Amino acid sequence: MILKGENISFKYPSSDNYLIKDLNISLKSSEIKGLVGDSGSGKSTLCKILAGFKKSEGEVIIDGVKKTKKNIFNPVQLIFQHPELTMNPKWKMKDVLKESWDVDHDLIKEFGIQESWLNRWPNELSGGELQRFAVLRALSPKTKFLICDEITTMLDAVTQVQIWELVTKIAKERNIGLLVVSHDKDLVKRICDDVIYLEEINNN
Amino acid sequence: MNKSKNTYYFKKMNLRTKTLLIISLTALILIAIVINSFFIEASSLTTNFPMRNMPPSFEHIFGTDWMGRDMFTRTLKGLGLSIQVGAFASIVSTIIAVILTFVSRLNKYLDSFVNWLIDLFASIPHLLVIILVSISLGGGLFGVIIAVGVSHWTSLTRVLRAEIKQINTFEYIALSKSFGKSNLWITGKHFLPLVLTQIILGTILIFPHAIMHEASVTFLGFGLSPHEPAIGIILSESMKYLATGAWWLAFFPGLSLLLIILIFDLIGDNLRKLLDPTKAHE
Repeated sequence: MILKGENISFKYPSSDNYLIKDLNISLKSSEIKGLVGDSGSGKSTLCKILAGFKKSEGEVIIDGVKKTKKNIFNPVQLIFQHPELTMNPKWKMKDVLKESWDVDHDLIKEFGIQESWLNRWPNELSGGELQRFAVLRALSPKTKFLICDEITTMLDAVTQVQIWELVTKIAKERNIGLLVVSHDKDLVKRICDDVIYLEEINNN
Repeated sequence: MNKSKNTYYFKKMNLRTKTLLIISLTALILIAIVINSFFIEASSLTTNFPMRNMPPSFEHIFGTDWMGRDMFTRTLKGLGLSIQVGAFASIVSTIIAVILTFVSRLNKYLDSFVNWLIDLFASIPHLLVIILVSISLGGGLFGVIIAVGVSHWTSLTRVLRAEIKQINTFEYIALSKSFGKSNLWITGKHFLPLVLTQIILGTILIFPHAIMHEASVTFLGFGLSPHEPAIGIILSESMKYLATGAWWLAFFPGLSLLLIILIFDLIGDNLRKLLDPTKAHE
């Protein structure tokens, strides 16, 4: 499978200048690609466009098919930088986890999630603990491409290593295409097979 | 000695306990009034001409009217009726508000329509709408409840609509869509728990308005029928006797109505302290 963004252009309605102009990007299954860019260069916007959260000019194509239908699981999953914003504060963690797929127990253990956390509210867990849930939630069997938007930026080094090892391992096992978005060049170089720079592919 | 110990306990309580105490005590008063009004039989409101137009005394603490009926009993009966009308009317209002809010979520045309509807209803004076609807429904208890209900949903709808619009921008809503959840599912599972406290608070805060408007529309003669012992009826009847110096006929029922409304406001404000997360630190 291949995820392609063709001639993607995006500008905010209030602005005259394009943030992203005629950008082409592609991601193959089981490929681990890094995307590096400065703050404010449009990394997160591009991620949201690729995952279908934001409308833009140009096309996002998955395996030759243009737009996915509504009310079905989106094969392109996005993980955000701030996990606490991606969880309903009125839901317990087990409901948060269950929303996307029936997560099996082995995987919960492998991610270092303790059973007692499942009965807590999101505001009772730390950022690193929450991010484990967010990553695990996105790793449904139906996920074909995973976009990680600065997912370990606010975590300590040990947790970073743990999460990246698991994500890359599972991505390889299941042939998931992984797009690692970061401003941290060293991190990207270490994890990814291939690195692209946003300013090189962006024609604005 | 004992008294100072009690005040000491009250000061030592934290705000949460105090708030809960205030809420339960005031709610108890209201429930007692409503239940009590069910047991007031017509026989205790019979005319007693030798006792007519008596000023307040220990026997009749609110005095008696021009037919010798005990005003305290009549006031209690009237308050019970007012609270019931208020309860039904605010429930009707809340149902309308919730339905319109979730209709406004469906698409942007319906959203503008709901917004227009809010502006329309909010721009007409409440009393006018109530009188119009009440008369067209034939008056009486049903007419007043529906009339007060259809005129009080605007502020709650506005609050809920704003809340929904804000929640819509949160990432977990976009994620829920990308997990393949339907609009209905997201409405029920994501939105409803988040706005539930607003809905409960809104209902309680509509209450005093509803009671007030019920009383005023009845006072003007467009509401409940004259044989019902509503506060509005009592007040409008007593107007005829005010000139003869029977001040207690209007004073005590009016004061009790005011107290009930203040009690509801008190409950609403205290509940807000408990339920509203942005005020949790107070």
